[in-house]
Amino acid sequence: METQMKPILRAKGIDKFFAGAIALDKVDLTLYPGEVHALLGENGAGKSTLIKSLTGAYHRDGGTIELDGAQIDPRSPVESQALGIGTVYQEVNLLENMSVSDNLFLGWQPMKRRLLDHREMHRRAREILKGYGLDIDPTQLLSSYSIAIQQVVAIARAVELSGKVLILDEPTASLDREEIELVFSVVRNLTSRGMAVVFITHFLDQVFELCDRATVLRNGCVVGERKLADVSQGDIVELMLGHHLEATKRRAKQSSPGETILSMKGFGKRGMIEPFDLDLREGEVVGLAGLLGSGRTETCKVIFGVVSADQGSAELSGKSIRLSSPRTALEHSLGLCPEDRKTDGIVGDLSVRENIILSLQARQGWTRPLKRSRINQIVDEYVKALDIRLASPNMPIRLLSGGNQQKALLARWLATEPDILILDEPTRGIDVGAHAEIIDLIERLREQGMALIVASSEMEELVAYSTRVVVLRDRRQVRELRGEEITTDRIVKSISQGETAA
Amino acid sequence: MMRSPRLALYITMTTFVLAFLISASQYPSMLSTRVVANLLTDNAFLGLTAVGMTFVILSGGIDLSVGSVIAFSGVFLAVILRDTSMHPLVAFVLLLMVTTAFGAAMGSIIHYLEMPPFIVTLAGMFLMRGLAYVLSTDSVPITHPFYDTIQDVVWKAPGGGRFRLIGGIMILAYIVAMIVLHKTRFGRNVYALGGSAGTARLMGVPIARTTITIYAIGGGLAGLAGIVYSIYTSAGYSLATVGVELDAIAAVVIGGTLLSGGSGYVAGTFFGILIMGLIQTYIVFDGTLSSWWTKIVIGGLLFAFIMLQKALGWATTKGRRPASESATQS
Amino acid sequence: MIAATFRRVLPQLLILGVVLLLNFAVFPGFFHIEVQNGRLFGNLIDVLNRGAPVALLSIGMTLVIATKGIDLSVGAVMAIAGAVAASVVTGGAGWFTALLAALAAGLACGLWNGMLVAFFRVQPIVATLVLMVAGRGVAQLITEGKIMTFLNEGLIHLGAGTVFGIPTPIVIWLAMGALVTLVVRRTALGMLIEAIGINETASRLAGINSRVLLVTVYLTSGFVAALAGVIVAADIKGADANNAGLWMELDAILAVVIGGNSLLGGRFSIVASLLGALIIQSVNSVILLSGMPPEFNLVIKALIIIVILVIQSPIVKQSIYLLRAKASSTVSDMPGPASRPQPAKETRS
Repeated sequence: METQMKPILRAKGIDKFFAGAIALDKVDLTLYPGEVHALLGENGAGKSTLIKSLTGAYHRDGGTIELDGAQIDPRSPVESQALGIGTVYQEVNLLENMSVSDNLFLGWQPMKRRLLDHREMHRRAREILKGYGLDIDPTQLLSSYSIAIQQVVAIARAVELSGKVLILDEPTASLDREEIELVFSVVRNLTSRGMAVVFITHFLDQVFELCDRATVLRNGCVVGERKLADVSQGDIVELMLGHHLEATKRRAKQSSPGETILSMKGFGKRGMIEPFDLDLREGEVVGLAGLLGSGRTETCKVIFGVVSADQGSAELSGKSIRLSSPRTALEHSLGLCPEDRKTDGIVGDLSVRENIILSLQARQGWTRPLKRSRINQIVDEYVKALDIRLASPNMPIRLLSGGNQQKALLARWLATEPDILILDEPTRGIDVGAHAEIIDLIERLREQGMALIVASSEMEELVAYSTRVVVLRDRRQVRELRGEEITTDRIVKSISQGETAA
Repeated sequence: MMRSPRLALYITMTTFVLAFLISASQYPSMLSTRVVANLLTDNAFLGLTAVGMTFVILSGGIDLSVGSVIAFSGVFLAVILRDTSMHPLVAFVLLLMVTTAFGAAMGSIIHYLEMPPFIVTLAGMFLMRGLAYVLSTDSVPITHPFYDTIQDVVWKAPGGGRFRLIGGIMILAYIVAMIVLHKTRFGRNVYALGGSAGTARLMGVPIARTTITIYAIGGGLAGLAGIVYSIYTSAGYSLATVGVELDAIAAVVIGGTLLSGGSGYVAGTFFGILIMGLIQTYIVFDGTLSSWWTKIVIGGLLFAFIMLQKALGWATTKGRRPASESATQS
Repeated sequence: MIAATFRRVLPQLLILGVVLLLNFAVFPGFFHIEVQNGRLFGNLIDVLNRGAPVALLSIGMTLVIATKGIDLSVGAVMAIAGAVAASVVTGGAGWFTALLAALAAGLACGLWNGMLVAFFRVQPIVATLVLMVAGRGVAQLITEGKIMTFLNEGLIHLGAGTVFGIPTPIVIWLAMGALVTLVVRRTALGMLIEAIGINETASRLAGINSRVLLVTVYLTSGFVAALAGVIVAADIKGADANNAGLWMELDAILAVVIGGNSLLGGRFSIVASLLGALIIQSVNSVILLSGMPPEFNLVIKALIIIVILVIQSPIVKQSIYLLRAKASSTVSDMPGPASRPQPAKETRS
């Protein structure tokens, strides 16, 4: 059907380089009026880069963009909006301190005698929002409304200002089910008026519920364009992950785990992760699998007390404990290497040496400084053991490569001699060599009797080192795989079908 | 639920009315046009400064230079009127051009060099105070007949109140500022900038132009405050109006404007000025209370309003209703 | 360690050297120091002596700024401490009791600021503004608006006396500077303060208790401000609540900035801030000695700040960085000069 229609937007051969590295490689994207088009791919696949190149937030290095048959070359999101392409981001990019009408009309307010006509503005705001199924008072502050309503206001503004193409970048990431419905009905309404909507999300259910077609990106390339009616979720997951789904060989048989050390019952945090039970034993690795937004990272955070759980209980070696902050977690011999190294992990301007001893020092308190000789011994030991490549331990950690930063963060926690180590995406964004070394390290630590929780989007990795794999989906644990069950195939199936625990 | 910035404004207004009533119940003579007229006249220059400060603070910035700019303006005018035969009105225009350009220059540095407003305007504060010293270290009297003419512009209200021109200028400035902030695109952009500069940019607000204009307005109004101050005192003195920036900031905060920007009303600032003036008037009427109580009470009010704002901010987000309540069935 | 410190403060040493040479150029007797009645005299000694209050304040301010904060209240705290000391000695107590009372008042002020910042999460500039406004009133309340004079020899000694021929204020700020430097560098305090100033989220995730640290830095700031207040009061043999420490918070912030410490927090050097304080005092001295009208003092100071600030500004720093390093991936695609590193969520795909 769409082959007869004229595309509203046609991007061809979009290239984007970052300092020599290819972020987008000849990417094509075609949108037809009246369709919801999903843009899919794992982290780093190039989705955001593509959007930014289309809207002019980035300067693209190659390719052409046609809108309604005419070539366009927007230099900024504001310019592309004027041309007809509006964007709504995951974090609502509106002003909470201003009224709903102000937010809708900022920059194009109705005027009367060279002054703003507030009455007209509020009237029109009310009218516009009615069209989106919202009956709210637009004179109120935006912040007095829930995120879902703010998201709809953002959509309304983008549509009013652009009107041809609407790009929604993870608009539902922080919404609950009812609120998602609200956004979906708005989107359906828009497409029925002939707009084209690009929908970016990590929730595949939502993709199949809302979208007509999907373009899947991997490593900066388009790996497929599919009509969603013709494919299954599994097909899409395969495309996204690009796994040759033959069973990856599990490593040598693992020794059986020891005593239960950490036990959680009904542990969870509203709006973040559904309550879950988890027993962690000495000498085992529990892998957390799932797509982004499935609750992997959230599980790690809630266990470590980055956000404190509002339900459930935790026991450490039989004693009830409260994991209310990273500091208490540290005192109970837990450690966490966070997913986002740059913002949550490294303290950029401090030296590698200081970064390595930071947690150990934090636990000792500032009045009891580590002896210089002890520091040197620890730093030397871990630099050597983890093969951290650096010019000097005194250099700021931000100058290290990603892999070496990650090793230094591992060293930070290993120096505290933890009983439980939580690793969130320990191998993301690091080179192949360091990648293998970190996997070896995880196995070594397990053999030494440490209990590990590892969240990762790399299936083979999980298969290689996990004693058990917990599969998450929609912020819920849906399946636990053990022993022979642990294959990439089974993991992918559990993710895409959400098969419940047997 | 009431909107929190409005609520803060109403609380300020109620505070003023209550305080005035309590004062008047103790000293009935305070209920006179004379007290009201003096309140306006004595606080005219501070009021004007606070208007500019409101713009700056609403946008998320701060301007420490205003006190020095007022002193500079006074000395500048006094020296020009002493040493040249320039008409004061011409000198006024010249001065306003200088201080507006000065404000714009600070705004440009803040925007283009990405430096914190605090430190840029601190440098501006030293510079303007220094230039005032360089022009003259002594108090220079102004004896121009035009000044006498202006000072004679008085509206005698029944009850002995003498409403002077400078009080009128201040009120006019508040009215214009209200119109600019609420009825022009530029005004809304000021709020947008104070809400979040990054988001404002994405929404198409011209950040550079807005920032520079805001500081230019701050500088221009400080210059106008300087003119008013020179009319008020008939002199220019480089050591005058030290610390006025602090009073202006206090008036803005007591007026219900968030010091982090994006929320508040210029009308609130007006009442902030009145509250501060009232405290001083009360102390004068009382006769036994010492002047330092002014500072302590203002400090206490500042603290109360900062805590109030924290509570209101928290209450607004907590009071969110679920989306489904607002959805019409479509 | 010492070599590293030296490298860090080299620019400040150079600037100080230049300003001192200027002093020498306009007044050849500048470096002449002599001993009269067992006390050192000379212009250089004057610089060290007059610079004491700002030097003391800059110690605390350095730590506060390292945590991304600012303390506007130090001038008012000086006035309070001076007033407390004066009222205690005029009440008949000894100088030591007066000193302790003043220091306790300073610590109380620091605690107030620290609590507002660490527990109520009020922006530091707002939190300390309260005390900046009210504090001077409190000081006037204590002195009842008068300059409260005293004759207690012990207390006066703190401002006008000597220790082994060296004016006491010099001894105090040198000792305090050395003490605080030793404490922050010999314990883990300095590193932890820098960590929360650079990246509070990561520091919290690493298990650092940022609240305690924040309160600690504001306590320190209150403490040194109280010391400075006592010195100023002792010097004039009276507590002047109106003028003691007036606008000195700005000089202290300036000293920290001239010391090359970033207002955005992180790495700090107390030694550099102390040199910054001396640079400010030497600039004052050169203007005084040159016979130039003192009114130029502020203009020159303003110009110096502007130059130093421009050198420190992110955009200039970035251009220097770009010149030195080959374009890295993040830098090549900055949409404009005003853009900051994007939050992680946005850079992901």
